[in-house]
Amino acid sequence: MELVLTTHFGNERYRFAETYEQLGGYGALRKALSMPKEEIVAEVRKANLRGRGGAGFPAGVKWGFLPKDLSRPRILVINADEGEPGTFKDRLIMTRGPHLLIEGIAITCYALEAHTCYVYIRGEFVREAEIVQEAIDEATAKGYLGKGILGTGFDLEVTVHLGAGAYICGEETSLINSLEGKRGWPRVKPPFPASVGAFGLPTIVNNVETIADIPWIVTHGGEKFASLGVEKDGGTRLICVSGPVKKPGVYELPVGTSLRSIIYEHAGGLRDGKALKAVIPGGSSTPVLRADEIDVGFDIESMQKIGTMAGSGGVIVIPEGTCMVRALSVLMNFYAHESCGQCTPCREGCGWLAKVLHRIENGQGRNGDVELILEVCDNMLGRTICPLADAAVMPAQSFIWKFREEFDGHLREKKCPYGNRF
Amino acid sequence: MPNFTLNGISVDVPEGTTVLQAAKTVGIEIPHYCYHPNLSIAGNCRMCLVEVEKFPKLQIACNTVVTEGMVVKSDTEKVRQAVTGVLELMLINHPVDCPICDQAGECGLQIYYMKYGLHKSRFAFEDKVHKKKVQDIGGQIVLDAERCILCSRCIRFLQEVTGTSELEFFRRGDHSEISIFPGRPLDNQYTGNLADICPVGALTSKDFRFKCRVWFLRGTRSICPGCANGCNVEAHFKEDIVYRLKPRRNDDVNRTWMCDPGRLEYKKANEARLLTPVVRENGGLKAEAWEAALSFAAFRLWETVEAHGAASVAVIASPAFSNEELYLARKLAEEVLRTPNVGFSPRSSGNGLSDDFLIKADKNPNTRGAQLLGISEEKFDDIVRKIEGGEVKALLVFGNELADFPGERTAELLSRVPFVAQVGTNEGAVSLAAHAVLPSASFVERGGTFTNHAGRVQRFWMGFPPRGNARGGIEILVGLANRLGAGWTFAGEASVFRAIARSEAPFAGMSYESLGELGQIAGGKG
Repeated sequence: MELVLTTHFGNERYRFAETYEQLGGYGALRKALSMPKEEIVAEVRKANLRGRGGAGFPAGVKWGFLPKDLSRPRILVINADEGEPGTFKDRLIMTRGPHLLIEGIAITCYALEAHTCYVYIRGEFVREAEIVQEAIDEATAKGYLGKGILGTGFDLEVTVHLGAGAYICGEETSLINSLEGKRGWPRVKPPFPASVGAFGLPTIVNNVETIADIPWIVTHGGEKFASLGVEKDGGTRLICVSGPVKKPGVYELPVGTSLRSIIYEHAGGLRDGKALKAVIPGGSSTPVLRADEIDVGFDIESMQKIGTMAGSGGVIVIPEGTCMVRALSVLMNFYAHESCGQCTPCREGCGWLAKVLHRIENGQGRNGDVELILEVCDNMLGRTICPLADAAVMPAQSFIWKFREEFDGHLREKKCPYGNRF
Repeated sequence: MPNFTLNGISVDVPEGTTVLQAAKTVGIEIPHYCYHPNLSIAGNCRMCLVEVEKFPKLQIACNTVVTEGMVVKSDTEKVRQAVTGVLELMLINHPVDCPICDQAGECGLQIYYMKYGLHKSRFAFEDKVHKKKVQDIGGQIVLDAERCILCSRCIRFLQEVTGTSELEFFRRGDHSEISIFPGRPLDNQYTGNLADICPVGALTSKDFRFKCRVWFLRGTRSICPGCANGCNVEAHFKEDIVYRLKPRRNDDVNRTWMCDPGRLEYKKANEARLLTPVVRENGGLKAEAWEAALSFAAFRLWETVEAHGAASVAVIASPAFSNEELYLARKLAEEVLRTPNVGFSPRSSGNGLSDDFLIKADKNPNTRGAQLLGISEEKFDDIVRKIEGGEVKALLVFGNELADFPGERTAELLSRVPFVAQVGTNEGAVSLAAHAVLPSASFVERGGTFTNHAGRVQRFWMGFPPRGNARGGIEILVGLANRLGAGWTFAGEASVFRAIARSEAPFAGMSYESLGELGQIAGGKG
């Protein structure tokens, strides 16, 4: 099986430039610097590389939104805020293969004619940020970053910026505000970041994994990358499997690998002989799947067809014996805590949902509470500046639609059948 | 000029107009909280959601720029449900303490609830998030964080208008609240505007709090008399007491703002007013009927002219008076008393505060008007010298003080004049010395025009008839002049303004109709 990213992640020294170079690293950058810029962008388009941060927007198309004229400097921002519950892949790249990211940054900036790049790293990722900074220093010393990269006239400065611990700052415009030193609130669009982004300049925000894929695409060609995956969704993905499976962890698998094989073959199936109850496939914000819905390819379009999302590749396995009301309450605590407070529906709605779920779980639910949750969801979905409200609503709706009986059972019995309480 | 369709109506709008602005021009209300015409777009209250053809989701009208052929609907069931839904969410954590809230009666939540809500609360009372109430955050403002709907108007005002940024959001989610930074209260001269732009009862005015329920108030369009800027305001009053001034939008003068000192100018219409004509004879004060007081003053002026000649009489006009009153005062001096001694007293009293925004150092509303009408400030100094030299035997003073003179100086000067008549509104150094006090109407009790520092002639309207026995300045001047044989037929400020427009070059071609609500720039250099 062809791997794009993780081939050498077992090698402890791969994070150092010397080893990275010995294993072929920075060859893609040398190649890219001899290519016309449009050709690099064309290869990425051919690669069908879909953004790995969650929304799955085609990377090449996103780059095309930059204004054509070069009168204003362009900025590349790497989204390393990785806050989606169930997702832990970008930190793996940053700790095991930071030079993949840096090489990707250098190639992307060269192709987009950007001379400034910010790597916005989640505040909790202190060690990750140190490793990335060390790698940047090494790369700069070796001439892969900085002034006149590899003897060309191309300059690039890469700066690491640590967030302060807010889920919302994974949203690109919120991240830009935070980067500028402002409160991490999403911006009203338009204008979009490609025209008015960080510091008012044209800005592209890409996920760590997306950019780490770029060197491979340059080396092997877009078509080769595309052929690893499925139609309209190329390459491999880092799939994070968490929950009571035998081998939880990050797996690099071709896009389109079946969710069943991810859980049962790669992650070794559930521990202690437990049966599967449900799966949240793409990070906590994506609609939950029942155990009988997992014969689906892990790619953006197949997931969409069955009403969920590949998201950021965070597969959360939920075993039999889990109270779905409690599980959803825990999730809703998270969204209520992380809602930035800007838009009315999300600010007030997330907290309301959490409170109603809590009382159902505690056996104090009222008749009509389940309908109330669904109605509040309707009033939140698609009504806000950023998708955080949607991210809270999608699990709430899907949990109820697919496990309604459990919610009704709590109301009927006036207690949690699993014996839980908050 | 893109053309679009709003609720089936075809509308042409200038390039760059948003759906919300366009709807206003055709009288279609799109509910909103965070949008304010003089602030940037925040787009966070989510009340102005509308259906836009080809967009799967509802869009916010405040940030949707009209494009050619766009089809927008704000009157569908889907929109109605969305607005009701947002309003319900806005109210769940709101304390609904309307009975003790100063905003009640002019509160955005109450107004939209009656229009778009009328739902029963589905939120458990005990679940409400509580925040700090009654916080003195400085300036003229009290903050109740619990009532706040977090629209960010106040924050944007302090960032974009004053540039002082004292308020900011703190915490997240439904615990979000606005506040000042510890130990850093509001520190600017425009804090009162925060209470105006706050759509709910979160920011209320310390000065106005609990003074009067707003539904008892009536309003009139007026001009702030506090300085030469001439901010357009609304004066709110109950019976004959003024309770507050609020800015009225005029983008050429004050946008939607006014300063804190100006906001308190209304107090002069209420406190220490001269309310009845008083005559001082043989060392004693006597309240008189108007006929008697006017006749007394006119006789003494006539008597002085007869005895000592016209040059022994002087008229000190005031730039706190209207163009109409100044015009008649000049006419009285020149045509009736035939004295060359007419000047205006430059009152710049106050704290001398000024800035590069709305606050002018000249604390008179009509200095420019006096200048354009040919009444000079230099003449005032000349008159003062003549008073000191004992040449002035009778004096007609407009206003409550002489220039910036301390009370003792005014008393000393006026004691040298055998007869002083005053036309003024408030007790002060002049009324203490005057032999005839002719009480005149405050700026809310009469109509007229002021000319601001930039030469903009602006109307102010009478809110209620003069308090007590006070009278409009025009009426007083006509009464005096006609007792001196003038035969004036002016009736009301409009007729005087017509005369001004006929004879005074800078005002040529103007009329009350052409001035409208927002005024016109006077021609000429004055």
